[in-house]
This record gives sequence, C-alpha cells and structure tokens, in this order.
Amino acid sequence: MKKNNIKLMQGNEACVEGAIAAGMKFYAGYPITPSTEIAEVSAQKLPRVGGKFIQMEDEIAGMATAIGGSLAGLKSMTATSGPGFSLKQENIGYAALAEIPVVIVNVQRSGPSTGLPTAPSQGDMMQAKWGTHGDHPVIALCPSSVKETFDLTVRCFNLAEKYRMPVFLMLDEVVGHMREKIEIPDASEIEIYDRLKPTPGDENYLPYKVEEGQIVPAMAAYGDGYRFHVTGLIHDESGFPSNSTEVAQTLMTRIMKKVEDNINDIVTYEESNTDDAEIILLSYGGTARSAKSAMKKAREMGLKVGMFRPITVWPFPEERVKELAKQAKSIIVAEMNYGQMVLEVERIAKGTTDIYHVGKINGEVISPDEIFSKIKEVL
Amino acid sequence: MANQIELRLTGSGGQGLILGGIILAEAALLDGKTAIQSQSYGPEARGGASKAEVIISETEIDYPKVDSADLLLALTQVACDKYADSVKEDGILLVDSTVVLPEGIKAGKIVSVPILHTASDVVGKTMVANIIAIGAIQQLLGSVTKESLESAVLSRVPKGTEDLNRKALAEGYKLVEKF
Repeated sequence: MKKNNIKLMQGNEACVEGAIAAGMKFYAGYPITPSTEIAEVSAQKLPRVGGKFIQMEDEIAGMATAIGGSLAGLKSMTATSGPGFSLKQENIGYAALAEIPVVIVNVQRSGPSTGLPTAPSQGDMMQAKWGTHGDHPVIALCPSSVKETFDLTVRCFNLAEKYRMPVFLMLDEVVGHMREKIEIPDASEIEIYDRLKPTPGDENYLPYKVEEGQIVPAMAAYGDGYRFHVTGLIHDESGFPSNSTEVAQTLMTRIMKKVEDNINDIVTYEESNTDDAEIILLSYGGTARSAKSAMKKAREMGLKVGMFRPITVWPFPEERVKELAKQAKSIIVAEMNYGQMVLEVERIAKGTTDIYHVGKINGEVISPDEIFSKIKEVL
Repeated sequence: MANQIELRLTGSGGQGLILGGIILAEAALLDGKTAIQSQSYGPEARGGASKAEVIISETEIDYPKVDSADLLLALTQVACDKYADSVKEDGILLVDSTVVLPEGIKAGKIVSVPILHTASDVVGKTMVANIIAIGAIQQLLGSVTKESLESAVLSRVPKGTEDLNRKALAEGYKLVEKF
C-alpha cells in the first residue's frame, strides 16, 4: 500500500471502478442487497466523470432505462440481485434481440423469492442462461476476487460493445461484500472496446445490416442524426418488423452465431495442477476460493487433485472441460446451489468420467473442509 | 496456515467493529501483507451481536471466512456468549471487563480489560472503544506494526479527531501490556 493505487476495496466497489474505467457513463437501477453498494458508488462517482445516475421506481424500469441510455450512445449498466434479476428478464430479452449493449450485474443471494437477502448463493447461474424466453445468445462472467471483479467488469463492457448484446457479471455476496487488496491498473493499461458506429453522413444507413468483415451492425445513437427503428419483434435490416420466416431465420441465426463463432474470443478459464490430476475440482466465483484451498491441502498430502475455474461461465468452456473429463477419473463440481453448472459438466462429459457435486443451499459459504471431505470420499 | 492470523471482532451494532476490521486490514496492506475483511449483515447488525472478520497473511488468502479465530474480541456479553467458543484452543479471547465469562471456555489465553470504560472515562469518548480495541489487538499479536496501524487509523477517522484517536491507540497498547 506504499503506492497509492493499492487499496483495500469491496468487490461491489471494484465493479464500479471497473465500469468507470471501461467508459460507463450511465447507470440506471433499483438498489437491492447485496448489490446496493454498486448503486451507491455509481451515484457518487458517475457525476464526477460526466456521467449520469438514476434510481428508477423498480428493477424493470432500471433495466429499461439502462437499455435506453445505451441506445442514446452511452455505455450503460445496471446491478441487482435475484429478485431484481427475475424482474429484468423480459427487458434482457429485448436487449438480446434488439442487439443493445448493456451490462447487468447480479450479486447473487439466496433465493428463491426474497429468500435470505444477506446470504450468498450461486443459484441464478441457469437463470442467466435461460431466464428470458426464446433462444438468445448469452455471455456471463464470474469473478472470484476483488481484483478480478474490476477486470471482468471492464471485460463485460468490452464484450457487450463488441457483440452488441446484454452481458452478465455474475457476482455472489461473498466476493461482492468482502474487502481485499486491489491494485488499480493505470488507464493506459486497460484495453477498451467501443461500439462500431456508422460512417457519418451515411444516407443508406441500415441499423441492422452487417457490413462486410464485421460481426455486428454499426450502431447509431439516438441523437446522432440517423432515423431508425428499434423493436423487440423480429426485424429486417431496416429495423422494422417482419413476419417473414426467411428474415426470422437469418436474424436468429446471426445473433446466435455471433457468440458461437467467436467462442475463443469470449471463453476464458483458469486451471491449476490439472496436468496429472486424477480428481479435478470445478468451481467458480466465491466458491472457487474454497476449492483452491481444498486443492492445496490435498496436494500437500500428495493427492493428485487439480482445479478448473470457468471465468466465462456462459458460454461454458465446453472444449476444455471435454478434454479434462477424458483425462480425469472424476470431476467434483462445487457451487452454492442445488446443482446447476454440474448439469452442464455432466452434459459435456457424456459419461466419460464420474461427476460429483458439492452444493449448499442454506445461505452459508461452502468451506474448504466440505470440499476436501468429498475428495476423500471420491478417492 | 501458520503464517495466517484470523481475527473475529464482536460486539453490538454501532461500536465501530467493521471500521476496526477495515483499519486492521489496511494496516496489514501498509505492512506489505495481504488481508481480507468481511462481516455478517442482516438482523444481527441492528443492536444484537455483530461481527467483523479479518484475515492477515504473508501470502495469498484463499478462503475468505474465519473459522476458528486466533483472536476473538468480545465487547458485549451477548457477543461473548455467542462467539466465545469460536476461538482456537491456543487462541486469545480479548473481552471487555464488564463481560462475565461463560463457563467452559477453551481459549488458551483470556485477556479481560476495561476497554469500554477506558473509552468513556480515560479518553473521554465512548466511540473510540473500537480504536482502543485494535490497539490492544496490535499489542497482543503484533500482526501489524504500530506505525502502519497509526497511519491506517488516521486515514480513516474524521479530521480534527487525530489526537483523540492517537490517545485511544496508546491506551489500547497500555491496557494489555502486562498480558
């Protein structure tokens, strides 16, 4: 802490610092525990960087307003927890189909309904993937530390802008509320991606036409001088609704493929001691810290235990998990829910290895000992 | 972990225990160590037993929660009754002298000193009890340096209260000198 960019900071606070570093200029939302600090710190800091903060009447309006802010050309974010994440789902689908970049932070708490408002959980992982109706592309990132919360919030904005879609930061109460050392990188070290804009004065601008060599259509902002239409209905390149099956096929395939074709750009993960591992612990977010501790204890005892931590949880790092499943005797998935990402691991492993689950749904963090007990049981 | 110190600060909401925890963690960072501070939220924060946890380490800290504490601070009876058994067998139980110790405590060392009284009658402000307490913790464990603790305190307290807080720290050191 001799250098003044080293601080003790909460995960939620680091999220806002990351957002501002990425260029966030608009926050709209409705505060809810355990995400409230994200709204508070955004309200304090955004006006100082020429941005705007607005507290709406509820989470639905918070989502809609963040989408509106993005359509007006500003990098926008909202943050919430389970109950608010449920409410936002309809508008998230709208942002997915209308291809509007927006970052949605979910600091997960125990559910369902109002559940245990102050207790941690990872119970919204499948909701992030399937929460809004209809097929739609999903990108969700999951940090395990305060520093990583900063980095991944920057990345969420970059991915949202690059692929023109809603991107989720799936925090949990553990990482959101703990205070930890963080070294804030200098602005010059942070890579920032800004959305593709139409050529100024382009008379033939079509808001949903992908130009040669691009992944997404160029995005004009309301107020830039272009006339264009945005809708949650299936639309053609002009942005106006269409009932044509051909248009629907083209549009839907395009929005699914923009993620599917760029998996290597989007998917990130961390692994340790997997080379010779007979047992692989697969865990993410706050729980991954317990898994890491359990792995170290096992290694000290000479047990061949490794660890795989998806950082991008959606799309799931399918290819690498498939390889690991072929190599390891078993995979133990540890997560604070009744069994969610374990289903994805089972689907990918297709019976090539034994899959075990350590879950918890009482609002308590999974301890390293609980994971270690499972390692001994599996051995 | 041998080079990891785990602290649990308990008392009632409003005693500034979370701030005390933050200051200890910041002092550890000033010393070039790593630290994590966390707390329990919820109904407990409204006057009942409240707690803040701090882990200080020479290396990376994985699991961020405190299981059995190396030192447990209890400023109130309710907090002591609730958390006294969460201290390690070779750990330290630091309690305010108004607290009646529950039976069957396994802590290796019990330090009972008048933290609250020192705040109100010696330093003259009830609200500095947390600063006296972290001074006492420093003196007992040495897990952060006095120099870093003082700068961490001074960077967190309101302007104009520096001398008051320096005095509170000094009283905290003094309270447990004999232990």
